[in-house]
Amino acid sequence: MDELRELYQEVILDHNKKPRNFHALPEPARKSEGYNPLCGDRLTIYLHVKGDVIADVAFQGSGCAIFKASASMMTSALKGKTLMDAQVLFERFHRVVSGQGTAEELETLGSLRAFAGVSEFPARVKCATLAWHTLKAGLENKQTAISTE
Amino acid sequence: MTPDIFDPAKYRADFPVRAETVYGKPLIYFDNAATTQKPLPVIDTISRFYSRENANIHRGVFCLSEKATQAYESARIKVQRFLNARSTREIIFTRGTTEAINIVASAFSKVFLKAGDEILITHLEHHSNIVPWQMAAEASGAVLRVAPINEAGEVILSEFARLLTPKTRIAALAHVSNALGTINPVQEMIRLAHEKNIPVLVDGAQAVSHMKVDLQELDCEFYTFSAHKMFGPTGTGVLYGKEAWLEKMPPVQGGGDMIRSVTFEKTTYNELPYKFEAGTPHIVGVIALGTAVDYLQRVGLERIATYEQELLTYATKALSAIPGLRIIGQAKEKAAVISFVLGAAHAHDIGTILDREGIAIRAGHHCAMPVMDFFKVPATARASFAFYNSKAEVDVLAAALRKVQEIFR
Repeated sequence: MDELRELYQEVILDHNKKPRNFHALPEPARKSEGYNPLCGDRLTIYLHVKGDVIADVAFQGSGCAIFKASASMMTSALKGKTLMDAQVLFERFHRVVSGQGTAEELETLGSLRAFAGVSEFPARVKCATLAWHTLKAGLENKQTAISTE
Repeated sequence: MTPDIFDPAKYRADFPVRAETVYGKPLIYFDNAATTQKPLPVIDTISRFYSRENANIHRGVFCLSEKATQAYESARIKVQRFLNARSTREIIFTRGTTEAINIVASAFSKVFLKAGDEILITHLEHHSNIVPWQMAAEASGAVLRVAPINEAGEVILSEFARLLTPKTRIAALAHVSNALGTINPVQEMIRLAHEKNIPVLVDGAQAVSHMKVDLQELDCEFYTFSAHKMFGPTGTGVLYGKEAWLEKMPPVQGGGDMIRSVTFEKTTYNELPYKFEAGTPHIVGVIALGTAVDYLQRVGLERIATYEQELLTYATKALSAIPGLRIIGQAKEKAAVISFVLGAAHAHDIGTILDREGIAIRAGHHCAMPVMDFFKVPATARASFAFYNSKAEVDVLAAALRKVQEIFR
């Protein structure tokens, strides 16, 4: 039960219940789509980039708690960040949820530290990273839908 | 005379996996619709064959090959008797249900289907009984028609009958829905199709290990199933086809056992059932399927069906009592499968939490996305039972689901 509490932390359950930035952005925002065929998680990320700054980012979609909380907290964390910051955060987040992160990296994640518990649940790493992969594709302007398979 | 009380504990002893623990908890295996566990006789058959009996079949002139051929062919006889097929010529070994359906769909697209013809399936089908027909439709210009279901998850029979038209060349339908557990009234559906001279393929993957199947009674043209969902190994399955139809169908793959003679100008195909068995088959898989058939018959399919219905009633009651739990698929005739959603908890979250309690269930779309779309859910959690499951295990499931609720309250 301890590992489950570690996974389903209050902050994650809260973001699952009340996702932030959970809406579409009007044109000319970029759109990118992500899908996890394993459990049916599906989302659209809307991105508004000004120069090299993420001016606004939002999402819509449905899926499990880990997925939804991750998308919600990612959008909260990235608003106003530079593209370079976003890239660095993505790499650190990815290492932490897959159990490869260092203690220092964990420290710099801020509220995203809540996802460290995911590393004990290998089957759920994809749920935590789907929004991030989809965002990355949006930033790189890839047209095809991102799948975790 | 003492009444026949079915004691699952007696049969559990046959399954070595019963002793496994998961995160320190005894394994409770409720993913039987995906694949069943294997009893000792099946495991022993595989181990013995590879330890002492391994040889390729057919055409070998040495003792070991003759024995292997005999074991392989005697599995065919076992399957023929198990299903009450007329002849072993009608029993074709495949890699599984999916390959069996593909053989029929592919042959139909080459020989029996033309532009404007219709193929009828139901809304309940597994992707394996949708996609091969879509491919056949695309290749031939035929049209795929889908018989709708009602809110209980049952095929609307009047609609099914209406969609059997003079253009329908084949109807393909699940005996039991893997996603919902609905038992289709296949007997009646086959009768309706036959009134219009339409052949029927039944996907029996979810049926053969849970109820008695008699092909003479059903009278369908094709019946398909997989060994691994009936306590046998993966990678092996069966295509039953009425001889007259199999004779008319071209082989799908060339090579190996399906050939009688080859010159560069012309190849003569082997007779049934070998015409459809190209290449060295999964020999030990087939032999172990024969062992699984023996095992199932020893336990008794009527007794299994009765016990599983009792377990289903018990589990339905226990799960319905959990506030916020909604059972998806409430057909009057159901196999021991319960698909459900639970409040704000996504199926995948339910699966993770139950796993930590040692309970294996499936979470997702169960390869039946159109069914999920119909009920407007992205995914369901599914507990599917077998005769080795007990009421005590269902109690553990119900208690664990209350923990899910606690986390997601």
